[in-house]
Amino acid sequence: MAEKFGYDIPFHRQYHSYTEQSMAPQTLYDKLWAAHEVRRNEDGTSLIYIDRHLVHEVTSPQAFEGLRLAGRRPWRAGAILAVPDHNVPTTDRRAGIADPVSRLQVETLDRNCAEYGITEFTMNDPRQGIVHVIGPEEGATLPGMTVVCGDSHTSTHGALGALAFGIGTSEVEHVLATQCLVMKKSANMRVELAGRPQPGVSAKDLILAVIGEIGTAGGTGHAIEFAGEAVQALSVEGRMTLCNMAIEAGARAGMVAVDDKTIEYVRGRPYAPKGDLWERAVAAWRELHSDPGAVFDREVRLDAARIAPQVTWGTSPEMVVDVNGRVPRPEDEPDPVRRQGMERALEYMGLAGGMAIGDIRPDKVFIGSCTNARIEDLRAAAAVVRGHRVADNIRLAMVVPGSGLVKRQAEAEGLDRIFQEAGFQWREPGCSMCLAMNADRLEPGERCASTSNRNFEGRQGAGGRTHLVSPAMAAAAAVAGRFVDVREWDYRREW
Amino acid sequence: MERFVRHEGLVVPLDRANVDTDAIIPKQFLKSVQRTGFGPNLFDEWRYLDHGEPGMDPRSRRPNPDFVLNQPRYQGASILLARDNFGCGSSREHAVWALQDYGIRVVIAPSFADIFYNNCFKNGVLPIVLDAATVDRLFEEVQAQPGYRLQVDLERQRITLPSGEEIAFEIDAFRRHCLLQGLDEIGLTLQHADEIRAYEERRRREAPWLFAELS
Repeated sequence: MAEKFGYDIPFHRQYHSYTEQSMAPQTLYDKLWAAHEVRRNEDGTSLIYIDRHLVHEVTSPQAFEGLRLAGRRPWRAGAILAVPDHNVPTTDRRAGIADPVSRLQVETLDRNCAEYGITEFTMNDPRQGIVHVIGPEEGATLPGMTVVCGDSHTSTHGALGALAFGIGTSEVEHVLATQCLVMKKSANMRVELAGRPQPGVSAKDLILAVIGEIGTAGGTGHAIEFAGEAVQALSVEGRMTLCNMAIEAGARAGMVAVDDKTIEYVRGRPYAPKGDLWERAVAAWRELHSDPGAVFDREVRLDAARIAPQVTWGTSPEMVVDVNGRVPRPEDEPDPVRRQGMERALEYMGLAGGMAIGDIRPDKVFIGSCTNARIEDLRAAAAVVRGHRVADNIRLAMVVPGSGLVKRQAEAEGLDRIFQEAGFQWREPGCSMCLAMNADRLEPGERCASTSNRNFEGRQGAGGRTHLVSPAMAAAAAVAGRFVDVREWDYRREW
Repeated sequence: MERFVRHEGLVVPLDRANVDTDAIIPKQFLKSVQRTGFGPNLFDEWRYLDHGEPGMDPRSRRPNPDFVLNQPRYQGASILLARDNFGCGSSREHAVWALQDYGIRVVIAPSFADIFYNNCFKNGVLPIVLDAATVDRLFEEVQAQPGYRLQVDLERQRITLPSGEEIAFEIDAFRRHCLLQGLDEIGLTLQHADEIRAYEERRRREAPWLFAELS
């Protein structure tokens, strides 16, 4: 049976990526795909080599168990970087993890990594943090790599010009055992963000506007390349925010071409190549862009200069409007399934159609997550907060840095003091209230201004209500006690 | 992996779009290090009126009588009829484990999120994409006819309605093959171990920095 499905095609009959593809202009995704194709099967799937495998405690235990039961071992343990991030407490960790179920999961990761010789930044390692923050920070994820993790926000690493995507636990086991995945190539999609965003409009606003435009299934089956002046103008951290939420547009992978900023970002990172190898790597990375004339299956263009700060009002990231806008009215929606979805979302969110976004008052503010917990996110939030106090209606405002190194950097810059003097809590790094697997969560009915990536029902705690915003917008909401347009923020004035 | 050849079962309609994997299996249940036991917590926040935590006895919970899975006519359902973008969000395979553990073998929708779709095949669950008009019609028929059952034949790529009418569906050849045979995909890939090693050797010469082992 196997022959029929292309497992024994002689090499000379196989599609030959290097000669054939060099003739036509290629997209960045085409190049990354071709460079990692170990073989192409007759049925249209390919065996794709994985350069970097990131592992966390939630989606890996069953994969290690499967490996063990089949009597297999990791193909290349040295390609794996592991870190606990989802379950870890963000308060004092010296006493360990109080929840026994969470503790067992983290201990299981520790044990698996020790058994197979896998590098792990354990909970109390100063480099510990959210897996998608520490990968680029350590130079463990590099331009031109294929990067996978049992986590949908793996798309983050595409900001470096890498092919990075989330996988399920069965595929985690597949990569552990073979360093490869059987895949079918996605279609190419280009999202162009033309023009320069206005001051106060961040990468988070750009990606929320893109999702508002194309919908949460708009990128399904596609790999998205973000391009255009606004993307070039973004820092590499900002590009990570953009690529991070490609999955919220339905695309498993988001990516940005390599430029000088990418190379300067990677230079000197602990796991980045050094010396002659660095020069060779940079020469190769300079090719990581779409060729002129490369064909995309789908192209979308937005004028970044016209994008305002965004606030989600519903229970899907596509339910988003400008901060100066209003909650839409379901009765204006012609499609019955969509209308019903809007009605359900409004009921869950405790909002009415037609309400001004500026009249929505959060109970909690969360600044953190793999979307927005890098140093420039904390700087943007701190700049808004400086000299102010958290409003009386805010029960809890917290900052959860993306990694131990981000936290240390922020403290060196005095950002922790700015936040704490304003009444924010300053926490230890982890996923925290983005998905509330640890003790940080919303109570039923509580409303949160959050810099995270998903406003699904119950995401931040059962019954919790999430409004996705940028770090500066979350900070401004904390001070004002309601959503305000951060473009109009007077950074010198007392609120 | 579990084989899937044919299946005949009761259909339950979940009439909402963009059902995300957080809704299919909420985060507090992801703390398990097992692959099984997620069924009682499938759609936990919709299915129960009280808040669920791992280790609770499902019989002590208060079911939400309005939620479709709790309605008497849909007890024992094994085919889930859903709307657009089913399984969006998190990559958690626990979502498929929960569906499978509950007894769902087939999910029919106009579209699926990519990672969820992929995860189904690893667990003997068949996701079927049908055009929106056909899905609309199935919703109408299921709601109108108590005891509505479908036959799904993967080999012939056909769904048979109670009326005897057949609907064809598309599926990738490789995925169909693996499901029909219940193949171990890792075992299949390891048949190409020599090619993987040859690729590594070549890449190591082209791009040696990719092979610096982490420590």
